Formats: sequence, C-alpha cells, structure tokens
Amino acid sequence: MSNEAAARTQAKSGQASPLRFVLPIIVFVVGLALWELVIWLNDIQPYVLPGPWLILQTLVTDWGVLFDSLLVTLLTTLEGFVCAAVGGVAVALLFNQSRLLEYSLFPYAVVLQVTPVIAIAPLLLIYLPQQIAVVVCAWIVAFFPVLSNTGLGLNSVDRNLAGLFQLYHATPGQTLRYLKLPAALPYILGGLRIAGGLSLIGAVVAEIAAGSAGAGSGLAYRIAESGYRLNIPRMFAALLLLSAAGIVIYAVLALVSHLVLRRWHESALGKES
Amino acid sequence: MTSTDPLSGPGDAMAASAVRLRGVTKIYDNGVAALGPIDLDVGRGEFVSLLGPSGCGKSTALRLLAGLTAPTSGSVDVARQRTEASGTHAIGFVFQEPTLMPWADVAGNVRLPLTLANMSAAEADRRVTAALAQVGLVEFVHSYPRELSGGMKMRVSLARALVTDPDILLMDEPFAALDEITRFRLNNDLLALWRDLRKTVIFVTHSVFESVYLSERVIVMSARPGRISAEFRIDAPEPRSEEFRTSADYAGFCRKVSAALAPAYEGQRA
Repeated sequence: MSNEAAARTQAKSGQASPLRFVLPIIVFVVGLALWELVIWLNDIQPYVLPGPWLILQTLVTDWGVLFDSLLVTLLTTLEGFVCAAVGGVAVALLFNQSRLLEYSLFPYAVVLQVTPVIAIAPLLLIYLPQQIAVVVCAWIVAFFPVLSNTGLGLNSVDRNLAGLFQLYHATPGQTLRYLKLPAALPYILGGLRIAGGLSLIGAVVAEIAAGSAGAGSGLAYRIAESGYRLNIPRMFAALLLLSAAGIVIYAVLALVSHLVLRRWHESALGKES
Repeated sequence: MTSTDPLSGPGDAMAASAVRLRGVTKIYDNGVAALGPIDLDVGRGEFVSLLGPSGCGKSTALRLLAGLTAPTSGSVDVARQRTEASGTHAIGFVFQEPTLMPWADVAGNVRLPLTLANMSAAEADRRVTAALAQVGLVEFVHSYPRELSGGMKMRVSLARALVTDPDILLMDEPFAALDEITRFRLNNDLLALWRDLRKTVIFVTHSVFESVYLSERVIVMSARPGRISAEFRIDAPEPRSEEFRTSADYAGFCRKVSAALAPAYEGQRA
C-alpha cells in the first residue's frame, strides 16, 4: 500500500507545486495539535495514551537506549537486505539459465513468500542462534520480490536486441553483461525498493518473536519490553524511530534507483522530456 | 550460439555472388509455411530490394541470410570476402525498429559489435567515430537514444551495422516507420553510402516507390508461402537523386512493379 502511494507521488512529481509539500505538513501539525488537545481536555494518563510532546521528550531522554536498539535493528535489516538482494538476483540468474532448476525450485520460493513470517520466526529461534534467526527472517520476506522482479526483467529483453547479440556471436557471458542485466536493471531496482521496507518488517517481526522469549536488543524488542512495563511513551518513541527508519530506507533506495536510471529509463524521466 | 553457422559458406565456388539461396523453404513450428521454395542470387556490391505484402516471407528471407533462423530445407550461402578478422563481421543488420540499447549512449550502441568482438578501445573508438561520420551524427556521440528523433535513431542503427565494415548489409523495412521527408533524406543518404562503400545491400520494403528509387534490382514476392513472382532490373543513370524521383522513367518503373505486385494482394482483405 505504501509502495503504491509512493509510486503515485513519484509519477506526478513532474508537476510539483509547493502545495504538495505544504499540505501534508499542515495536516501533520493540525493532527498533533488535536491529539495534544484531546489528551489535555480529557486528562488522559500517559500510561493510557501519551501526547506527542511527551513522546518527543521520551525520545530525547531515552535516546541512548533507543539509538543503540535502532542500530541493532538497522544492522539486522541491512544484513537481511543484502542477503536478499544478492541471493534474489543470483537465484533469478540461475533460473534464467536453467529452466529445469526454475521448475524444480520456484514453487518453494513461492511457499517461502506466502507463509507468514510471524509464524516461522518462533521456529527459527528454536533452531538457530538468535542473531542469525532474525537475519534469516528479514531475508525471507525480502528475498521473493527481488527474485520475481529480477526474473521478470531478465525475461523482458527486447527480441530484436537479442537477435542482434546472436548475429554478432555474443557469448552467454557477454549477453548477460551487456544485454540481460542492463535490461533487467529497472526491475531489479524496483524489487530492491520493495525489499528494503520488507526486510525492516522481517527484522521487526523476528525481534518481537525473540522479545517474547525474553531475549534481544533491537527496537522492536524495546517496544515489546516497554509494553510489559507499561512504559507507553517509550513504545511510541520506538515506533516513531522505526517509521523514520523505514522512510529513510525507502528514500535512499528510491534515490539510488533514480540516479542509476535517470539518463535512460522512462520511470526516472519527467512527463515531457 | 551453438547453431550451425550458415555464414561460413564455401568462398571460392561463389566468386561472383555474395548471396546464394537454393531451394530454400522455411516452415515454422506451428506449421505455417513462411517461405519458398525460393532461389536467389545477389551479386557482390549489388543493391537488391525484396518487395511484397506482409507475410510474403521477405523478413524471413533476411533472417535466414543473417543466420538468425535456420532454413527448413535448401541451402543458404553467404560469401565472405575475407576471413573474419577481429571486429569485422560479414553481415550488418538493420531492423525495422532502431533496436538501440536505451541504457547506452550513441557511442555505446554503435560500439556494441566491436565490444562483443573484444576489440581494443583505441581501434574501436576510431571505427565508431568513422561510422558516425558516415551517417552524419558525430556531434551526437554522447546522446542517449531517447534524446534522438526517429530518423536519427535509424542512423545510429545504420552506423552500428556499418561499424564492423561488413560485406553485406541486410535491411528489414528500416525506414517504414519514418515520415516521408525523413525517409527521402535517409534514402538519399543510403544511396550515397552505397556509392562510396559498394557493399552488397539487400533491402526489404513494402513500398514500390522506395524499392524502385533505391535498387538496381527489385524482386517482387507473393505471399503464403512466400515466393519470388517477378524481377525487375532498374536501369537508371547514376547517381540517382531527387531528379530521378520525379522523372518519367521512375514513374514507368513504378507502374510496372506495381502491376507485378498487384496479384500478390489479390484475395487479401485490405
């Protein structure tokens, strides 16, 4: 859902007007003010619902703990993402070379994708060391989008260009390097953009599962732990950091994609160019 | 690239002709008989057009010559004037679409055949510049395909076909998608190139006017399965120019060729 919205935002960015930036900010500020007002008027206690100001204060006072946890979660996310990116592209290339391999293994990639990771995480935590289990969870959810997008890209090569490579007796290696990979690049980058957010979700899910077992140190673990202690403001502060991390991950990947494709691909060009 | 290479035909036996087809048929896997049987000889340095309606197998014939597809029966021989040195290639192919790599600039696209032949950078640079000069695009060397007009893209495609200095240039309705003015200009530029380089050119088109204007010989094909139904030698003084395009001779040739082409369209719905 957030991907789709972001894609629409990007598609229309050619006609950027100040309103596009000002309006969301106004909504944000008004929303926070209403929130604060409701809490003040009804005298709601912080352990039921903290106000935005208190959450911000908590974020500052608990920064040491929360920031350490954020680094742990981000490291898990990054490891899962890199494994998914490398693994997804590599397996897609193998599938592209060998139909037999694709027929044999692709259904299991789908199974991996459709099985809810929250249900797998407790099992992984039993069989694997905790630090590895969380990375595997992040990898599981991020792997499939990279695999399927790369596969789609590798199969989207222009037929005439493929004929041209055949005409000039290109080796399979040359065809891969000069034709298939560049042609698949926009699809791979699209897959990576989805995978970035998903690996964060996978890491969080695994940490929550680990947290319920009483172990862990990531941000999601802090949320679970704060919940047990009824430290609701810290839960919100941690949630805020997680959202911010997700947004930054998406923005970085979108920027990389734009920089790589800006000279030639339709997606990176304005409406009229 | 494991398919048998139809390019490596016997060189000595066909001293006069650059291309020789004997009893060639092509039946696709779905049972459609696309071509033949046809016999065709094209001499060295000759400019020949294959003219016919859609589905007459003219593009198939070109793909057979290029080795992009194998004949169902018959023999396809393409002469090479020399052994294939690094970076030279017996055949240049220009597709109906420009077929450029959108991720590479003009230089990268033109250089592709040389890159695939592992040519040294210095030599490749020299050849790319020369090929771009031949089509008049030197100043666009760093442009990307999307920044070029349709005619310019086609010129890049032509430069890419010329960069290996091929003996034979195969062109598959290369200018069909262009507007008339651009097409006339490219026709003239192609004729000028042909006069300079004297490559063998086999040009597929469905335009009577284009085929008569360009070629020394027009081969009319009929459809289902594709066969050669008529052949015309266009004896017109060289160099041809816009003057020829408006001459009575030209109109006469066009009338004759059109008449020969008409039966090919009979029974076809427009």
